[in-house]
Amino acid sequence: MSNRVEVRPAPAMATGVDTAQVAALSRGYWSTVAGRLGTDYVTIACGLVLIAIVSAAIFADLIAPADPYKTSIVRRLKPIGFANHPLGTDELGRDMLTRLIYGGRLSLFMGVLPVVNALIVGGILGMIAGFLGGRVNMAIMRVMDVFYAFPSVLLAIAISGALGAGVTNAIVSLTVVFIPPITRVTESVTTQVRNLDYVEAARASGAGTQTILRVHVLSNVLGPIFIYSTSLISVSIILASGLSFLGLGTEPPEPEWGLMLNTLRQSIYINPWVAALPGAVIFATSLCFNLLSDGLRTAMDVRL
Amino acid sequence: MTTETAPHAATARATANEPLVRVEDLRVTFTSRDATVNAVNGVNFTLDQGEVLCILGESGSGKSVTLRALMRLLPPRRSRLGGKVMIGGRDVMAMNDDQLADLRGADVAMIFQEPMTAFDPVYTIGQQITETITRHDGVSQSAARARALELLELVQIPSPERRLKSYPHEMSGGMRQRAMIALALSCRPSLLLADEPTTALDATVQIQILLLLRKLRRELGMAVLFVTHDVGVAVEIADRIAVMYAGRFVETGPVATLIREPEHPYTRGLLSSTVHGAMRGRRLEAIGGSPPNLTALPPGCSFAPRCRYAEPACDAAVPAEVWINPQHMARCIRVAPGQAASGGFTLRKP
Repeated sequence: MSNRVEVRPAPAMATGVDTAQVAALSRGYWSTVAGRLGTDYVTIACGLVLIAIVSAAIFADLIAPADPYKTSIVRRLKPIGFANHPLGTDELGRDMLTRLIYGGRLSLFMGVLPVVNALIVGGILGMIAGFLGGRVNMAIMRVMDVFYAFPSVLLAIAISGALGAGVTNAIVSLTVVFIPPITRVTESVTTQVRNLDYVEAARASGAGTQTILRVHVLSNVLGPIFIYSTSLISVSIILASGLSFLGLGTEPPEPEWGLMLNTLRQSIYINPWVAALPGAVIFATSLCFNLLSDGLRTAMDVRL
Repeated sequence: MTTETAPHAATARATANEPLVRVEDLRVTFTSRDATVNAVNGVNFTLDQGEVLCILGESGSGKSVTLRALMRLLPPRRSRLGGKVMIGGRDVMAMNDDQLADLRGADVAMIFQEPMTAFDPVYTIGQQITETITRHDGVSQSAARARALELLELVQIPSPERRLKSYPHEMSGGMRQRAMIALALSCRPSLLLADEPTTALDATVQIQILLLLRKLRRELGMAVLFVTHDVGVAVEIADRIAVMYAGRFVETGPVATLIREPEHPYTRGLLSSTVHGAMRGRRLEAIGGSPPNLTALPPGCSFAPRCRYAEPACDAAVPAEVWINPQHMARCIRVAPGQAASGGFTLRKP
């Protein structure tokens, strides 16, 4: 061997390093993310708006100015700014502000729950299909293709219609609508990740299939499908509102944004600003979910 | 050698006269709907503890496949393995998945060609090294992290504390390859498989990595199986060189012998086609033709179609291994055992 090599003594293998010091150094990912979010004012604003909407829905009993079910024949279809009714009244004289606050409960619930359900089912199906490949992939993905044959709104209406009106059935039908796209996204990301060098490197350092799936595939797949799912929440809110609008979701007199939009439809020539309010809230909520998911993706990407 | 750096207990069981690695008639075929590719066609070799064997060959000669077959990393559905692989006295071909997972990383570790993609981008270097250590050694998180720090020092990464919590994309290619080596060494393997670890690096970093590997090999006493297509790299690192062509070792021997007295026409062609030691003003010689189609290998010597010394007998059957001396083997019918054929034909015609 040549003496050009600078030979340093091999460090002792089990001594000489303060383990606590090392432990402290491995923190810092979440503080980095927080630091990045701190400078992203759009994301902060969207987060604040969503927090306001969600907490208003949760604490509706405490903050709502009136009873959401109390009707009044004399005070029907009052405009925005009417005394005691800052956002006016609907076609039965109920306070709009109150009903919008209460409406957030069902609308957000029906927006988030189907996506969470579909994320779990579709994520598992997609990872199985992508990782195993071959016939399993073929079987799962062709079944998903069948669902793709129907437009999503039509599919939701068909399933809801078959199951009957009601919140539970609406959630089931929306879950079925969201499983195929989430499965497909998960499958394609998993197929990419499976063939990357670091999966083979993990196998070469003794990782079993389960460990590879849990540690390396899941962590690389979860980011993209999580971001994709947040963007589906807004679609889900709109679809849920649509189902209610058609009378397949919530039933009157429950306050729900889509249903409110439906019932106020007839008064759009009398009082257009009030009639547009539920739509504006749906729009604002969807937009905030989309912008928030974009902001989170940027902040949480370690490669940027 | 201290007890700390001793090879893994399992491989230490191997008796003194049994080599660390013994490969007999290794065959790998890849099957698809359209074709069957014969990637490795009967490879035999042994590797002693602490020895460095370099597999030299051009693209598609089966070097990397041979390496992966030793660890059984090839996709089981699309590949068929044949022959015998013994590592540390244990039959790798007979192992089940759990035994394989215990072998990989602990007794046999691998470094990859592309340090850019061989690390998981969402975990820090420290996390990935500690993951491997805790899996195989069963030590606590903090002990594993301390060991990861020592490993980064061992592979001479500057400011290792900071690098432990770096993500792979935050490091340069050479740094990442050092980290890759640290990861491979994390459980003190007795055999290191290196799949062209310097190919993706630039020339100055290349030599640093080679020097590091040489130093580590000496300090830790592990055997290295090094795959490369670069003769210069092979000479720099190897004790022995095996020249691979169309899935067979066509010539093996100690570095000095192989470089000075190559017997197989392919080895000669390979050596004369590199700039190492070439004369100024003289054209480099290239080997005419291209490697054979691995889906339909000729029945005889697979180099015969390109060989300037080929004769009808070459096409009759695959030449047997001829041992010129106990260390030097060539698969060529023109080579006789115990005697070099160099006098019989000269490489460079006037």
